[in-house]
Amino acid sequence: MSQKTYSHQFPSGLTLVAEEMDWLESAAFALLVPAGCAYEPATRLGLGNLTCEMSQRGAGQRDSRQFLADLENLGAEMSASVSIAHTSFGGSMPAESLPQVLALYGDLIQRPHLPEDQLEDARLSVLQEVRAIEDDLAQKLMLTLRRRHYAEPWGRGPQGTEETLGSLTIGDVRDHWQQRYSPQDAILSVAGKINWPVLLDHVANSFGGWKAGQPARVSETTPPRGYHHETVESNQTHIGVALDAVNYAHPDYFQIRGAVGVLSDGMSSRLFTEVREKRGLVYTVYATCHSLKDRGGILAYAGTTAERAQETLDVLSAEIRRLYAGITDDEINRLKGRIKRALIIQQESSPSRASSIALDWYYLARIRPLAELSQIIDNLSAQSINRYLAANVPREMTVCTVGPEPLVWLPTLPASG
Amino acid sequence: MDFRHHTLDNGLEIVAEIAPNAYSSAYAFFVRTGARDESDAVSGVSHFLEHMVFKGSDRRSAAEVNRDLDDLSASSNAYTSEEQTVYFATTLPEDQAKIIDLLADMMRPSLRQDDFDTEKKVILEEIAKYDDQPPYGANEKCMAAFFGSHPLGRSVLGTTASVGNLARDQMLAYFQERYSPRNMVLIAAGNVDWDGLLRQADEHCGRWKSFDAPRPLPPALARQAWQVIHKPQATQQYVMQLSAGPAADDDDRYAARLLGTIVGDDTGSRLFWELVDTGLAETAAFGAHEFQKAGIFVTYLACAPEQTAESLARVRGVLADVSASGVTADELLRAQNKICAHLVLQAERPTNRLFAVGNAWIQRRQYKTVREAVDAYRRVTLDDITRVLKTYPLDRPASVAVGPLAELAAP
Repeated sequence: MSQKTYSHQFPSGLTLVAEEMDWLESAAFALLVPAGCAYEPATRLGLGNLTCEMSQRGAGQRDSRQFLADLENLGAEMSASVSIAHTSFGGSMPAESLPQVLALYGDLIQRPHLPEDQLEDARLSVLQEVRAIEDDLAQKLMLTLRRRHYAEPWGRGPQGTEETLGSLTIGDVRDHWQQRYSPQDAILSVAGKINWPVLLDHVANSFGGWKAGQPARVSETTPPRGYHHETVESNQTHIGVALDAVNYAHPDYFQIRGAVGVLSDGMSSRLFTEVREKRGLVYTVYATCHSLKDRGGILAYAGTTAERAQETLDVLSAEIRRLYAGITDDEINRLKGRIKRALIIQQESSPSRASSIALDWYYLARIRPLAELSQIIDNLSAQSINRYLAANVPREMTVCTVGPEPLVWLPTLPASG
Repeated sequence: MDFRHHTLDNGLEIVAEIAPNAYSSAYAFFVRTGARDESDAVSGVSHFLEHMVFKGSDRRSAAEVNRDLDDLSASSNAYTSEEQTVYFATTLPEDQAKIIDLLADMMRPSLRQDDFDTEKKVILEEIAKYDDQPPYGANEKCMAAFFGSHPLGRSVLGTTASVGNLARDQMLAYFQERYSPRNMVLIAAGNVDWDGLLRQADEHCGRWKSFDAPRPLPPALARQAWQVIHKPQATQQYVMQLSAGPAADDDDRYAARLLGTIVGDDTGSRLFWELVDTGLAETAAFGAHEFQKAGIFVTYLACAPEQTAESLARVRGVLADVSASGVTADELLRAQNKICAHLVLQAERPTNRLFAVGNAWIQRRQYKTVREAVDAYRRVTLDDITRVLKTYPLDRPASVAVGPLAELAAP
């Protein structure tokens, strides 16, 4: 896999990273602004979401209708979202549209109108998201799980609450934009059919005047963890389990990623086999690695009808314990092939590469070459993974359920030996 | 891009769009069978059978199918709709022979009783899952209300009762009626070895017994309906509305799709500005969907229960306005730019082309390059949109509302 990647930090602090994929006709970008919901004051939860919504209501010379119309005419498919660490804007487009789309987002970041007369519409809009989650029990469960496992502020979801959203003012939005939409620690990643020197010029023109905000502060609390149940009237009980693990930045990340892959990647994985194929307990079951800047975890989910929920929790947690007892070469070799195929096929997708190199920069402060990643995957073995697992048995599992009845959870160590 | 087509002696068609420089190749069996081909007694069997296809053949156990799929593919899955059941895998070109061997083997499943009994539990979990989540079955209930006794009104998942009562022999009989090579197409896209594919298909599928698998295509009569289903534990109210639209073989489908983008796309559309931008609704969408010899326009609204009446009135207002006055040249051009850019961006991935090529072939036996599809959208005029609006009135839909409201007055 030959790869052409580039990076440059502007005086403002903004880092531009790029990957040239000249066999494509598209280009994609991801702009990660350090305005995640972790940096909202505890009394103003949802401020990031509201500010993100308001930032898309006109910028520079364009009102919101003109802004969207121009994006449509340029063929750009864009989205925006707020995560723990970032407010992200991005999407894909025909490569020739990239300079104009970047200019539009330069306006959005630096010159948003944040129109006071649209504050109530924007507030109603983000309140819809709060209400929507109440009906999405699986998502509601996973938000509760993260909240209880990581605690404040790292376990937050971006939605906020009806109370906090109700109290936000246009002043809060403008302050949040001014302080948090900062080029310091911001990452702009671009992938696809690009020309690096030309791209550098375009980005300098579109984002050159971006003014610094203020450093973010957070205050942490101790996570409650343990077992938590929320009663709702539903057919299914939704079960979530969280454990501590290293994050993407850690040298051992791919050891745990390999182990979780054995647990959950593909139809021959342990969870799919034991929970769904052999016992027919669920339609959906999975486990995934979850990374934050300085910590990480494993998050697992299973959804099952209430009368079979206890058995499902028991089998799910037993499989997690059994993972820490070790995996086999056969299991990891199958996974290695799958990961390497996915890496090769990722080169057909500019949005995938833009997102990968942005995350590389966020966690590693460099772009990890595909050749290096490929080597790391090649070097994975049952021996290396089992060495990691044996030395890193988590002390506890955080368990949450959402459904008609609470379950019995006896906290025991993940490893059975 | 190079288009190839061949038919085996037993009637199995092989269709490929070849992109020699692609990193991946994608393969699928499209089976012309789905909910519309079922009877009441076996409602949900197409979808249940789709699961059972992963449970092994004379040559492989269920665990071996799963293991081989993981060994060979970067991604693989299957889906069932009203009209088709599709099994697909994306892989690297060097694994073509092995993946064709595997997918072809899966198409002759053993349907073992113990696998059937275990998988039935998974299907019942899937039904329970969809019954718990928005729009709480409103989509299938609205299809039933709109199509009435027409085959397209049938549920894809079936019910807890119909699936619970289904016997393995009924599934076997259905399989023997529907999975004829004449009723299936092997589709390939990306970096495909065509000559190899013909040899592999002939080796693994050439001996499949051929038989007729007819599908009646009765005309669909649009029905007006108003149903309110009380779901007190829901937070939001969900409303689905269907009215008639162009069918899959009707060239007016391009105009209908553009109309959908103008009126009801998730950003920048008339419904977006009226309901989503203003925060009145979580979602307000409108679009066209085609079947063989029938088509629909779908309106979907999700909002707070207390805002539902007003939101529905606004949706009606938007639809009435476009029906009376049509769309503007600026709107049409913007929608064309949007859809055509989307087609071109999507085409970079063989997996996306697999579905585009497969759907067009199984619905119409027609192949269009990306350029030809783009041209078809570019040719649509304001008059075409006006004609579609006249032919397919939007003012008398079948509606199903699900949510906390026990009552909702019909307009």
